[in-house]
Amino acid sequence: MSKPRKAVALISGGLDSLLAAKLMLEQGIHVEGINFYTGFCVEGHTHAIRKKDKAKPKRNNALWSAEQLGIKLHILDIIEEYKDVVINPKHGYGANMNPCLDCKIFMISKAKQWMEENGFDFIITGEVVGQRPMSQRKDLLPVVVRESGIDDLLLRPLCAKNLAPTLPEREGWVDREKLLDFSGRNRKPQMALAKQFGFDDYATPAGGCCFLTDESYSKKLVDLWQARNKKEYELDDIMLLKVGRHIRPAPHYKLIVSREDGENKFLNGYRKQFSTIEIKSHNGPLTLVDGELSDDDFKQAARIAARFSQGRDADSVNVLITPLDGEAYSLDIAPMPASEIKQEWYV
Amino acid sequence: MSEYTLDARNSLCPMPVIKTQNKVNELEAGDILTVTCTDPGALNDIPAWCRINGHEVVETCEHGSEVIIRIRVGDA
Ligand code: SF4
Repeated sequence: MSKPRKAVALISGGLDSLLAAKLMLEQGIHVEGINFYTGFCVEGHTHAIRKKDKAKPKRNNALWSAEQLGIKLHILDIIEEYKDVVINPKHGYGANMNPCLDCKIFMISKAKQWMEENGFDFIITGEVVGQRPMSQRKDLLPVVVRESGIDDLLLRPLCAKNLAPTLPEREGWVDREKLLDFSGRNRKPQMALAKQFGFDDYATPAGGCCFLTDESYSKKLVDLWQARNKKEYELDDIMLLKVGRHIRPAPHYKLIVSREDGENKFLNGYRKQFSTIEIKSHNGPLTLVDGELSDDDFKQAARIAARFSQGRDADSVNVLITPLDGEAYSLDIAPMPASEIKQEWYV
Repeated sequence: MSEYTLDARNSLCPMPVIKTQNKVNELEAGDILTVTCTDPGALNDIPAWCRINGHEVVETCEHGSEVIIRIRVGDA
């Protein structure tokens, strides 16, 4: 008997990639998963930061999928290389700052590289034609194939019957007849198939797979670039965009005000990188300050931070200001009234 | 068999898992790796990663805000 062919499955943690991999396993293909970590992924950490989510046990859905399937999962850190995709997407952005088409091309080319380095035969994804705007339009699939260089080694088991046969089908490594013809946005066929395979409790992310499809997140990213006058970021920057209230009272500085205990703890880890404002006389949030501030700026920033403390209605609140490169000092200030905090300051 | 340690503190999931994976890939079957993390999510994710990839979690414990996970590298 010939040895089984090996497929590398792009595992996102969602239902579609789970089903696509399962279909291959059913055909006796050896499957291993890869999952990309871009820094923008919704998976994992942010859920751990905010306390309100703590009741639910945290799980990484890609790992969960792999465990359901009984396959290995390799998580690839692509944070550095992915920057170019976000900063200079050749095909532009979607509705928000999501460079979906460039992202797909990039991920397929990385998967191809992994496939070659590890002696695998082809790639599978859970994509369904027409399911999401932009990245899964039928006329764009050839663009992904062409620009990633994957040629006909990319198989999409959930909609393969609607597409031209790929090499794994033509060579008989997989039986095309057993592949599917899902199309469009209707999720019912996927749900029925999940039931048939006995998968329940699978993840159903409301948005896309990453924060770049989120409108408010995208605004914060654009704001960051505008303030710096440069399109660039580090991992810490994009993590911080997920946390706290972001308030920019003036073009040259921004406050990140924690909203609850979990965020306080998280922001605490950034004390060495930012100036901070702490409320001393009352319970209140930790505030990180990004930018170079004058004494007057710090005063205004402290008044805003105090607005979010339990001393918001007090005449005076005591705060500790610790400038990034200076001595900490204490200040008594009057919290800024809500009416003075301009709506447009909220990023 | 050798003992190794990995400091994955102050990184958020899935980074502790990725760091563990990359370290384990350099080790031999039977080696012991002790990973220290501060993201409590690692308590779920690292054991899940080990189960999937054929490694054994020997022990997990929490020390204040730190999570410590000891792994025996499998031969898969
Ligand atoms: S939603 Fe995010 S991860 Fe998914 S294809 Fe678009 S840019 Fe890439």
